[in-house]
Amino acid sequence: MKIVLEHLTKKFISRHNKNEIVTAVNDFDFEIPDGKLIGLLGPSGCGKSTTLNLICGLETPTSGKIYFGDLDVTNLPPENRGVGMVFQNYALYPHLSVRANILFPLENLKGADRLSKEAMEEKAMEAAKLVQIDELMERKPNELSGGQQQRVAIARALVKTPGVLLLDEPLSNLDARLRLQTREQIRRIQKETGITTIFVTHDQEEAMSISDLIIVMKAGILQQMGQPQEVYNDPVNLFVAQFLGNPAINVFDGSVRDHKVYIGEDCVGERNVEDQEVSVGIRPEAFIPDEKGPFRCVFDRVETTGRDTSIVCHNEHCVSDEDVRAIVAADEKLNNKDGIIRFSLKPYKVHVFSKKDETVIHE
Amino acid sequence: MSEIEQIRQLERKSKMRNAVWTTAVFVLLILWAIIVLFPFYWMLLTSLKSYGSYNSEYVPKFYTLSLTIENYIKAFTAVPLARYFSNTIIFTLITTGLMMLVVVLSAFAFSRLEFKGKNLVFTLFLSLMMIPNELVVITNFVTITNAGLRNSFAGLILPSVTSIFYIYLLKENFEQIPEELYKAAKVDGTSDFKYLWKVMIPICRPTIVTVLILKVIECWNAYVWPRLITDDENYFLVSNGIQTIRESGFGRENIPAMMAAVVVISVPLIIIFLIFHKKIMEGVSRGGTKG
Amino acid sequence: MNNKNNLKGWLYLLPAMIFIGIFMVYPLFDVFVYSFEEGYNFASQTYQGIGLYNYSYVLHDPYFLQAIKNTFILVIITVPLSTTVALLISLALNSIKKLKDLFQTIFFLPYVTNTLAVGLVFMILFKKTAYSEGLVNLLLNSFGIASIDFIEGPYWAKMFVLCFYTIWIVLPFKILILTSALASVNKDYYNVARVDGTSRWRIFYKITLPMISPSLFYLVITGFIGAFKAYSDVVALFGIDLNAAGMNTIVGYVYDMLYGNSGGYPSFASAAALILFAIVLTITVINLLVSRKNVHYQ
Repeated sequence: MKIVLEHLTKKFISRHNKNEIVTAVNDFDFEIPDGKLIGLLGPSGCGKSTTLNLICGLETPTSGKIYFGDLDVTNLPPENRGVGMVFQNYALYPHLSVRANILFPLENLKGADRLSKEAMEEKAMEAAKLVQIDELMERKPNELSGGQQQRVAIARALVKTPGVLLLDEPLSNLDARLRLQTREQIRRIQKETGITTIFVTHDQEEAMSISDLIIVMKAGILQQMGQPQEVYNDPVNLFVAQFLGNPAINVFDGSVRDHKVYIGEDCVGERNVEDQEVSVGIRPEAFIPDEKGPFRCVFDRVETTGRDTSIVCHNEHCVSDEDVRAIVAADEKLNNKDGIIRFSLKPYKVHVFSKKDETVIHE
Repeated sequence: MSEIEQIRQLERKSKMRNAVWTTAVFVLLILWAIIVLFPFYWMLLTSLKSYGSYNSEYVPKFYTLSLTIENYIKAFTAVPLARYFSNTIIFTLITTGLMMLVVVLSAFAFSRLEFKGKNLVFTLFLSLMMIPNELVVITNFVTITNAGLRNSFAGLILPSVTSIFYIYLLKENFEQIPEELYKAAKVDGTSDFKYLWKVMIPICRPTIVTVLILKVIECWNAYVWPRLITDDENYFLVSNGIQTIRESGFGRENIPAMMAAVVVISVPLIIIFLIFHKKIMEGVSRGGTKG
Repeated sequence: MNNKNNLKGWLYLLPAMIFIGIFMVYPLFDVFVYSFEEGYNFASQTYQGIGLYNYSYVLHDPYFLQAIKNTFILVIITVPLSTTVALLISLALNSIKKLKDLFQTIFFLPYVTNTLAVGLVFMILFKKTAYSEGLVNLLLNSFGIASIDFIEGPYWAKMFVLCFYTIWIVLPFKILILTSALASVNKDYYNVARVDGTSRWRIFYKITLPMISPSLFYLVITGFIGAFKAYSDVVALFGIDLNAAGMNTIVGYVYDMLYGNSGGYPSFASAAALILFAIVLTITVINLLVSRKNVHYQ
C-alpha cells in the first residue's frame, strides 16, 4: 500500500517551556511507493519516531493529511488503520508465551472478522515460520535472545497481514553481529511479504544497506529522499553529506574564485558560480595519491584495517575533524616529500556547498 | 488567536475525545478526595465552634463564622494535653535516636565488615521480620512488669527500639556504595567508625532521613504498647490521651473540645507530611507497611 | 587479625543483638511456654501443670469466639473491597496528568494520621445521640432512610462503620503501591496493544492486571495479615471495652487478657496469640499457593 503524506505537520508545546513550540514534523509532503522498504534516517530527536507515530495513529497531526492508498486515514484510530508496529524494546508481553503473543492481535478481532481457533493457530504458525521462530512457540520472551525477541515482535506485527509495517529502531538493542544478521532478515521478510515497510534508525549504515529508499530528516524537516546510493552520491546539502558515509566526509573551508574552487591555494574543482566562500566536502574515497596532484596535506600516518588503508593527514582548512582521512587501495604507493603528501581528487566525490545556506552547488 | 493557543487547543481536543471517561475518572477521584479530607475538615470546623453553638445546631452547619479558641484552651487546661504531648515527644525522640544508632551500627556490620557467622545472623534477622508483634508483646509485657518498669519511659521505649526492617533497608543502601571507596579509605588509614560517620552516612542520608521520618510517624501513633504498659496519666502518650479524653475527658459530650484535642495531636504529623510527603511516600512504597 | 575482625563485627552488632534477643527472640520461645502452663498466676509466677487447657479455655470462651467471628467478617469484607477500590482509584490516578500529584498527596494523608484521633472523628460523624442524629444519619435521612445508631446500635451497622474506617485507613498504602506499579508498566505495551486494536477491557485484563500482579498479590497478603491484626481502629470507634460492645477482635482479646486485673492472664493471651498466628500463617500459605499459578514475576 502506498502512503501519501500531505503537508503533514506536528507541533508540541515544549515540555520545558510552556510558551515554546516544538515542531517535530514540519510540512512533510511526499509519497512512499507501495511494497518498498524505507529507511527513515536522522539524528536522535529529529522527529523520526513522531513521524512513525503519526503514520500508525498513536499521535494526531497538528495539520495535514495522511493517506493509505486512496483512503484518508488522518482521523482513523490506530486499530482501524491496518498497521503493524514493532517497538524499539519489542514490547513483548512478558507473561505470555511466544504463541500467545503472536495470537494476541488476532484475538482482538470481533464479529465477522474473527477467525476460528484453528485458523488463528494456522496464521500464527505461518507468521512464526516466516521469521523462523516456529520452534520457540512455547517459550516466554525472557527465555529468548534479543534477536529472537525481535523476530517474535515482527511476527506479532505481521500476523494480521497489515498494509503497512512500521519498525522503530529495530536494531538498536542488538549487538553488532546480530545487527548484521537481523537486518538481512528484515530485508528478506519484507521482500517475501511485499508489505510497505518503514523503519526508523539513526544509523546511516543500517539504512543504506537494506533500504530501497531512504528519507533523511533533521530537526523536523525533510532533507532528502531517494535511493541510498543516489543520496550518498548527490547530497543536497552539507548536513546530508556529513550524515551519510563512514568514515565521514572531510569538510574544508574553501572559496570560489574565477569559477575555480580553492582550499587554501589548492584548486580542487570548478564551479560555474560567482565568487564566494564555500564549504568543500571530500569523501575519503575521493583521494588518489599523486605526486602531481593539486591538493596538499601534511602527512601524519597510515592506518591499515583489513582491506582498507587509510592515510591520515592534516590540513589547516579542514573543519570537520582534526584529521583528514583518505581511503586508498592497499597497493597504492605513497609520495611523501618533506612531510607533504599530494592528492588528485575524483571530481564526483567532491561536493561544494554554499556557506550561506549549506545547499549544494552543482557545476 | 496565536499559534501556541491553537496547538494547546488541539492537544486539549485530542484529550477531550474521551470526555465521558475523563469526567468519570475525575468524579471518582474528587469523591474519594472528599471522603479523605472531610474528617479533617470536620474536626477543624467543630473545634472552632463554641460549645454552645455546636450543641444548638441540630443540623450541624458546614461552616462557622464565629470562630473561637475556647476549645483549645479547654483542651490544654481541662486535661493534661500538654503532658501527653511532651511525653510523646520525649518518647519519639529517644526511641528514634536509639533505633537509629542500633540500626546504623548493625547495617554497617552487615554490609561492610567480614566476620564469622555474619550470614547466619542476617538470615536469622530476616526470618524474625515475619514474626508478628502480637506474639512477643505478651512476654515483653511480663518482662517489663517484672523489671518494675511499668509507667516509666524506659518501659515505653526499650521494646519499641528494634526495627529489623530498617536494618535491612539501610544495609541494602550501604551496599550500593562502591567497595572501592572503603578500600581507598582503608589505604588512607581511616578507621571503620570514621568511615561510617564521614562517608557512608552522608552518602545514604536520603534513606536515613526516610527511616527517621517513618519511625517518627510510628512512634507518634503508637498505641498498643503504651496502653499496656502505662496506666498512670503522667506517662500517657497522645494516643492513650485521646482515648482517655474519649472515655472520660471534658464530661462525655464536649465534642468541640475533643475535636480541638484531636486537631492538636494530628497537626504535627500533618505538617511533617506536608513538608516531606515525597520522601515519606517513596519510603513507604519501598517496603513500609502500616503498623 | 582475623579474630580482631570477628570481634569488631560482633561489637557493631551487639546493640541490635541485645534488643532483638531480649524483646523478640526470647519472647518468641516464651510465648509457647506460657501457652502450655496451666493455671499460671502472674502475682506468684507459679503454675499448676503443663497441658492444653489454655487453648481449650480460649476456644470455649464466647468472647474469643465473638472476636474470631468479628475478625473474619472484617477480613473477608475489607481485604477484597479495599484492594478493588485501591485498584480503581490507582487506575484513575494513572490516567490523568494534571493534579495527579495533588490527588496522590491527599489520598496518602490517612496513612500519617493518628488512628485513634481520626477514629474519634469518625465516631462523631456516625454517632446518633439524644440531641443530634449525627452527620451521616442526616445524610441518610435526606435520602429518606431512617436514622441508625452506628456506634451503639445493631451489629451490622457497627460492622459497617468498622469496615468503612478500616478501608479508609488501609487505602493510602494500597493506592501508593498500585499507583507506582501501574506507572512502571512500560507505555509501549499499551501502544502496541492499541495498534493491534485491543479493547480497553482486554488491555486491562490481559496486560495491566498480569503486569501488576506481583504488587497486587503483595497487597493481598499484607492486607490479610494486617486485617487479622485489627485492633486500634476498633478501639477508636467503639471504646476500650470491646467485649461489651460485642466488637472485639482477636488481637483485642489478647490485650484484654493481659490488661485485666493484676497483670492479667498471660497464658490465655499466649494461647490466643498463637491461635491467631496459626490462622494468619495458614491464610498466607494458601495465598502463596494460589499465587504460584496466577502471579507473573518478571
